[in-house]
Amino acid sequence: MNSLLVYLTISIVLFVLGLLAMMTRKNAVSVLMGIELILNSAGLNFVAFSRFSTGNLNGQTAAVFVIIVAAAEAAVALAIFLNLYRLKATAEVDQADELRG
Amino acid sequence: MELLRHIIFWLFAVLTVGSAVVVVFHPRVIYSAFALLFTFFGVAGLYVFLSADFLAAAQILIYVGGILTLIIFGVFLTAKITTLDIPHQTHQRYVALVPIVMIAAGLFTVVKNTVWPTAPLPHHPTTQVIGELLLTKYLVPFELASILLLAALIGAMRLARYYRKRED
Repeated sequence: MNSLLVYLTISIVLFVLGLLAMMTRKNAVSVLMGIELILNSAGLNFVAFSRFSTGNLNGQTAAVFVIIVAAAEAAVALAIFLNLYRLKATAEVDQADELRG
Repeated sequence: MELLRHIIFWLFAVLTVGSAVVVVFHPRVIYSAFALLFTFFGVAGLYVFLSADFLAAAQILIYVGGILTLIIFGVFLTAKITTLDIPHQTHQRYVALVPIVMIAAGLFTVVKNTVWPTAPLPHHPTTQVIGELLLTKYLVPFELASILLLAALIGAMRLARYYRKRED
C-alpha cells in the first residue's frame, strides 16, 4: 500500500485543491495559500520520486530549492499585498484592475 | 508494528488532504490559515515516511515557522481587525469545478498508467548527502538561491515600508 502511487495521488489532490483556491478565491492572501499548496505538492512529488524511482537524493535537493523559492515568493507577495491594501483599502485581487484595457 | 506504521501513515495522509480541503473551502480566512498549518505538518510527516529527515525538519522550520507566520501577518495587516471573522468568499465555484475535475482525472490517469522505474532508496540519514550535493553538483543553483533570497529580502523591505509624505 505504501507505494509511489499513494504519494502521487496525495500530491495530485493537493495540486488540484491549490488550483481550485487560486481560481475561486478573491482575497489575495487566500490565493497565496493556494500557491503554497501547489508548491507543497510539487515538493512531495520530488521527494516521492527520489525515494522510489531514482535511488539517489537529487529529488530531495530539488525539494530544498522549492522550499527556498516558496519562502522568497511569500515574502515578496505579502509586501505587494500590503501595498495593494494601502492603495485600495482592500486585498481582493479583482479590485486591482487598472491595467484592464 | 507494520500495522501501526500503516495507521500512522494514513493518519498523516488524511490530515494533509482534509486540512487542505478546509484551506480551500472555509469561509473565514483565519481558519484557512490555521488549516494550512496542519497541511504543512501533514506533508512533513509524509516526508518522514519517505525517509527525508532533513526535509521534514526544514518543512516545519521554514513553512510553519516562517511562511505561515508571514501569511497570518498578511491576513491581519490586510483586513480591518475587529473580529477574527474575516470573510473570504469563493466565487464561480461550480464553474471552476469543471476544469479542476478534468485536470485531476487526467493527472490521475497518467500517474496510474505510467510504469515508473523503481529503485527504492534505503533508509539512511540524508543531511550529509544533501549537504555534499549542494556544495558540489548543485553549487551554482545554491548560490543563485542565496542571491534570490537576498533580492527578495531587500525587495520585500522596500515594498512593504511605509513612506510618509514629506511636509515641506
